[in-house]
Amino acid sequence: MMCLSGWLARLWHGLRALPRAALAVVLVLGALAAVPAYAVQPDEVLDDPALEERARDISAGLRCVVCRNESIDESNATLARDLRLMVRERLVAGDSDAEVVSFIVDRYGEYVLLRPTLTGSNIALWVAPFLILLAGGGLALVYIRRRAASPAPTEAALSAEEQARLKDLMGD
Amino acid sequence: MITELGHFALILAFMVAVFQMIVPLVGAHRGNAAWMAVAEPAATTQFLLAAFSFAALTYAFVTSDFSLNLVVANSHTDKPLLYKITGVWGNHEGSLLLWVLILTLFGASAAWFGGNLPPTLKARVLAVQSSVAVAFFAFILFTSNPFLRLEFPPFDGQDLNPLLQDPGLAFHPPFLYLGYVGLSMAFSFAVAALIEGRVDAAWGRWVRPWTLAAWLFLTIGIGLGSWWAYYELGWGGFWFWDPVENASLMPWLIAAALLHSAIVVEKREAMKSWTILLAILAFGFSLIGTFIVRSGVLTSVHAFANDPERGVYILGILCFFMGGALLLFALRAGVMEAKGVFSTVSRETGLVVNNLLLAVSTFVVFIGTIWPLISEMFWDRTVSVGPPFFNMAFTPFVFGLAVALPIGAMLPWKRAKIGRALTALVPALVLAVALGLLAWAVYTGHSALSPIGVALSVWLVAGALTDLWSRTGRGDIAGRFGRLWRLPRADWGKTVAHAGVGITMFGVVALTGYQVEDIRVAQEGQPYRVGAYEIELLRVDENVRGPNYISTMGHVAVREADGREITVLRPERRIYPVAGMPTTEAGINNGFTRDVYVTLGDPQDNGGWAVRTWIKPFANWIWGGTIIMALGGLLSLSDRRYRVAAGAAKAQPEPRGVPAE
Repeated sequence: MMCLSGWLARLWHGLRALPRAALAVVLVLGALAAVPAYAVQPDEVLDDPALEERARDISAGLRCVVCRNESIDESNATLARDLRLMVRERLVAGDSDAEVVSFIVDRYGEYVLLRPTLTGSNIALWVAPFLILLAGGGLALVYIRRRAASPAPTEAALSAEEQARLKDLMGD
Repeated sequence: MITELGHFALILAFMVAVFQMIVPLVGAHRGNAAWMAVAEPAATTQFLLAAFSFAALTYAFVTSDFSLNLVVANSHTDKPLLYKITGVWGNHEGSLLLWVLILTLFGASAAWFGGNLPPTLKARVLAVQSSVAVAFFAFILFTSNPFLRLEFPPFDGQDLNPLLQDPGLAFHPPFLYLGYVGLSMAFSFAVAALIEGRVDAAWGRWVRPWTLAAWLFLTIGIGLGSWWAYYELGWGGFWFWDPVENASLMPWLIAAALLHSAIVVEKREAMKSWTILLAILAFGFSLIGTFIVRSGVLTSVHAFANDPERGVYILGILCFFMGGALLLFALRAGVMEAKGVFSTVSRETGLVVNNLLLAVSTFVVFIGTIWPLISEMFWDRTVSVGPPFFNMAFTPFVFGLAVALPIGAMLPWKRAKIGRALTALVPALVLAVALGLLAWAVYTGHSALSPIGVALSVWLVAGALTDLWSRTGRGDIAGRFGRLWRLPRADWGKTVAHAGVGITMFGVVALTGYQVEDIRVAQEGQPYRVGAYEIELLRVDENVRGPNYISTMGHVAVREADGREITVLRPERRIYPVAGMPTTEAGINNGFTRDVYVTLGDPQDNGGWAVRTWIKPFANWIWGGTIIMALGGLLSLSDRRYRVAAGAAKAQPEPRGVPAE
């Protein structure tokens, strides 16, 4: 019990610290403005449509660290706008998509990636669905095989009265 | 005074619930009929008390009784009456009261309509249901009391979050709760069956209508929420893979699996222990959803109440009910021997595949949702899991389900020939491939997934229709059409619901794959082209006064390419002064094949306004399909064979087509 409560305390502490940490980043940057802007603004859009499309794709995968749970592409926050501009700046400068992303991650941490990287502990996240599918599929196969092989059941499980009742219920 | 009565009724309901949790259970154990029978009036009383309590709170909101803390925090005298009422559940405490009201309503319904249940099973079901109620009554009374008074009432309230002042969202929570809480019935039936140590075909028949009803409400609730997000949040998305959305998707997926596995229990007496497990897990996911929404443990756009104390309490409820039920399951599941024998190719196998894919896709959503927690806790690594992960990991399972569904639905029970089902489906297949190729040819340069998605949705709809048609047997066309109308409603329900899945899928694929977007500074009186339409910002009115907001309203003309005017849209930016919150109201022209969706942005320094325009193909089909799915559920539910009181009302045998089996 003690162990559990300690574990919970740590959980809460860690989680509640997150928004505050993010907020601290913003305050330091002085980027928090009172008036919300409006997602992607016309003046942000790049002239080169191919480059702009890459910018949009990249922004859709980056989390706005001051928002609840939005990508910088969807967010109205000023910080999100700054990040969108930063992404576009790097793209215009000739960076590859991966370089742009790692540029942002270097500054804001792994937390901004909406698509977790396939590294370290995250491998478990990516592999788990397939492992579960394999395990579940295996069990299902065994079950189906066994059902197909088992002899016909005896019908004595229900009494005559119950049978009549069942028939009644089934409305047949 | 009414407030105090409401509070008192809530306390009384809690005590009745405690009584109903214990006495009938003991009665069932000892075979004491009187003790068992007490569950019925107790369930009714509990519901009436909860209803009174809820009415008292509603009264306080409607009359703007600002001596109540909750009313002050969530209401305002200027608010339209509708939103004063919906404000009752637009907050943590009030929504929890709605939750228990629905919980007791389901319990009472089981008492009213469960006339044909064996007395011991009924007593146990009602007792288990009441134990859930006890936990939530205690939760309300001890941590989230909505009836707390203020010593010095203010003159006016702080207003409801403006985003919630919308008809779509006003009715989204009640439906969602009907779904979440409806699954508690499946849970109660499962636990009662485990205590009885018996699961048979009749049990499958009893548990299905409740699950179907819960699933139906959940479908409507999720649909409403998604529709609201689409038109209210102003960026035209319909699903964000937000933890709170996932919280509603998981029970929905599990309920869909349970719905199908309960058919196998009912028709074939197989998959019994799996079905029991699903029934327990379905409610478990409802509780997990409640935990996610109310604890604030995961950062979400829908953050509701960020209170660790409440979170720990819900976690406790979750652990108790899941732990207890799963322990019981581990002890008793062995008793339930399967009886139905089926060959490898059969409807049963199809439904096993259905359950496998639905369960694994639920797991994908689950692990993606809680991964940030796990990662933080065990590796001290702060990560985010967002839409890119879910789209990648979830889509394959949906596609797999879509491929398998029409085939599985066509297979007969026990033993089937796969060739026969496939032959019947050839026209559907040809149509699907043809339309997929068409989509691929028309929209070049898009992702390859979209044409596949189009083909699969056509496959689903055409497959569902083929299935219904094949039920009419052989013979001339006229005779088959005649039989079509006489098919049992459950057959129609199955077809309609499956077609609804296809239609929703089509809408999702079309919207995500083929939408056209335009962001620009629009000058008044200068038309421009977006997709096949001409858009023109006519003018912008500032300081337009609404009942409790101030609006900046654009007038945007939408015309066909030839200049014929379709409509003038009025996208708005509103400020709700009391809440101090700006919102965006999109201007949307809904159409059968596309929506034109316009939002208004900031005025620009050198004249003009930022305007964002989307052409969203087949957007309405997403919610249209949801409604059709729900309609299918309703049709099934209204089938006389599935009525809860089927045994009580004996109807004349109807002339039928070829039976479903």
